[in-house]
Amino acid sequence: MAAVKETVETVGEVEKYKYGFSTEIESEKAPIGLTEDTVRYISAKKNEPEWMLEWRLEAFRRWKNMEEPTWAKVFYPTMDYQNAYYYSAPKQTAGPESLDEVDPKLLETYEKLGIPLEEQKMLAGVAVDAVFDSVSVVTTFKEKLKEAGVIFCPISEAIRDYPDLVKKYLGSVVPVTDNFFATLNSAVFSDGSFVYIPKGVRCPMELSTYFRINEKQTGQFERTLIIAEEGSYVSYLEGCTAPQRDENQLHAAVVELVTMDDAEIKYSTVQNWYPGDENGKGGIYNFVTKRGDCRGKNSKISWTQVETGSAITWKYPSCILRGDNSRGEFYSIAISNTKQQVDSGTKMIHLGKNTSSRIVSKGISAGGSSNTYRGLVSVHKKAENVRNFTQCDSLLIGDKCSAHTVPYIEAKNPTAILEHEATTSKISDEQLFYCMQRGVPEEEAVALIVNGFCRDVLQQLPMEFAVEAQKLVGISLEGSVG
Amino acid sequence: MLEIKNLHVEVGGKEILKGIDLQIGAGEVHAIMGPNGSGKSTLSYVLSGREGYEVTQGSITYKGQDALAMSVDERAAAGIFLAFQYPIEIPGVTTMTFLKTALNAQRKARGEEELDAVKFLKLVREKAKPLNVSDEMLKRPLNVGFSGGEKKRAEILQMSILEPWLAILDETDSGLDIDALKVVSEGVNALRSPERSMLVITHYQRLLDYIVPDKVHVLSRGRIVKTGGKDLALELEKSGYAEYGADEAA
Repeated sequence: MAAVKETVETVGEVEKYKYGFSTEIESEKAPIGLTEDTVRYISAKKNEPEWMLEWRLEAFRRWKNMEEPTWAKVFYPTMDYQNAYYYSAPKQTAGPESLDEVDPKLLETYEKLGIPLEEQKMLAGVAVDAVFDSVSVVTTFKEKLKEAGVIFCPISEAIRDYPDLVKKYLGSVVPVTDNFFATLNSAVFSDGSFVYIPKGVRCPMELSTYFRINEKQTGQFERTLIIAEEGSYVSYLEGCTAPQRDENQLHAAVVELVTMDDAEIKYSTVQNWYPGDENGKGGIYNFVTKRGDCRGKNSKISWTQVETGSAITWKYPSCILRGDNSRGEFYSIAISNTKQQVDSGTKMIHLGKNTSSRIVSKGISAGGSSNTYRGLVSVHKKAENVRNFTQCDSLLIGDKCSAHTVPYIEAKNPTAILEHEATTSKISDEQLFYCMQRGVPEEEAVALIVNGFCRDVLQQLPMEFAVEAQKLVGISLEGSVG
Repeated sequence: MLEIKNLHVEVGGKEILKGIDLQIGAGEVHAIMGPNGSGKSTLSYVLSGREGYEVTQGSITYKGQDALAMSVDERAAAGIFLAFQYPIEIPGVTTMTFLKTALNAQRKARGEEELDAVKFLKLVREKAKPLNVSDEMLKRPLNVGFSGGEKKRAEILQMSILEPWLAILDETDSGLDIDALKVVSEGVNALRSPERSMLVITHYQRLLDYIVPDKVHVLSRGRIVKTGGKDLALELEKSGYAEYGADEAA
């Protein structure tokens, strides 16, 4: 409730994109372009073992023969992969042991972003791994997590310290050759988070990662791997921002989740990459592969996403429901304004018996944007008694935007019960007039109505994220009426 | 409180109000009666500033200010409240959230301090009780799936929380059974005060048995054709609107 009020205050204070600053920090970059040498450079910078380098090189060889996918409803000029930097790190010597060793300018940046990086703020119970351009800067609260047996560290560190775990799971959910962008990521990923929750452990706090692209012409390729062993639970939050720049920047991440028997992973994202200006200049190209594998029985993976940024969003967080009785959930709010293009949705692959899934997608298009829900519900022929419920609601603001719903359903087992509901609506003049007659100014009224429209999804977010998300809804729709 | 002079209003190029003159003093309750299509709802919308209702001539002065120069939300914050004939559904926004957003938006516009959650909750409970608005109803999205009676009670609840200076009740009696009508009327009457004015728009005399007006105006074909005391409503009940041009009504 209070958040709605805050939304409006924030709208009043904040310029169009408040994360649009950049930080002057000396950085170390790989030479421009992408060759085998670039891959070797990145691997060497990370002090990686030989097997990791081989893995990357194999991915790179495969990638050279792949083509960019064109099936999504997004349009952009051809990307020149040789005119970009694939690795950029804030310059410093060894990895920081404590916050004191981190460049104060970096900490300042995080402060501006509102990330609670300092330990005292951490008492709020969120552990943060912050990824700045390509490297993980600091992971807070490591000690406390260690006591619980939880591993939460940069993936580059995990490759060195927990090679067996990484070897076993990396690429096991999203294979190296899964798709063009995932393969690219496999070759050049620079950092990201690694989480391992041992058997029977309920992770004592929310884990959180904050991604930021700072350097010009830099791609960010983070790689996240989360493993929840039998009977364990973890809630993981991810937030993203980038400075305002005229050129487009590529973000191609891969996230892999694995749940064993009775385990649960809840993964929440608030994505607010720079969306470009009102004429569609600049902004992040967000091509992301996120997939969870419910490998064990009775396991559960839940994706919740609030997507407000990026010039282009190409993203389908999916669940492979392999274990019997496993459950996948996808809750999404995708807001597009100005010239943004969103093509997002989910895939629920039902392989096990009695598996169930739930999809709730809320797409809001404003300005001259295009917003597509693309989803697949697939039922394998051996998967008995599958249940799926899908709800796709689109809300249009103004008359220059568009919304599209593309649901694919493949049911190869006759016992499956699949439900699909879809609605498209507009904010009516009557609703606006009604709210304004009660004294609510127009932009606040839009935020109120849109937040109401998204309520089912907002309720899935952890509390502190929900508040931030509500504010974002208001900010990203600024100027969409009147 | 309110002074309307020679008000002409067009909707979609068609003149609906053709020269309305009306004065409502502080503390007065006026009723506007008239057949369907006479311009009653147009009057309520133009007073609250709805888009699409074009004033071609005349003026509306509210508390000494030119109301026509104010936006919808500015008028609301200045104390003009419209109880809708057909309240609008706001899916996903609970009645409680809506009330708080509206009240605090108005307070903010007036430069007053916003109410915190505790004070607000206390206020709502106090105002909701006499209107039989339950906690459960406050948690439901505003007007979504509400019965006719619930919608009207929610309107009066909003009015009693926002405490306007000029309340316009547009066909508040429509869709109400006699018990609901009593509850709603009591809610309205509780708000009568020497500082607060009301404009009660109704087709039927029935409502005026409960909300007794100081003056009754008959609106027909966009003009006020007769003004009298509360007895005028009773006359109309007997004779109907025929002599005021009801033949044209839809």
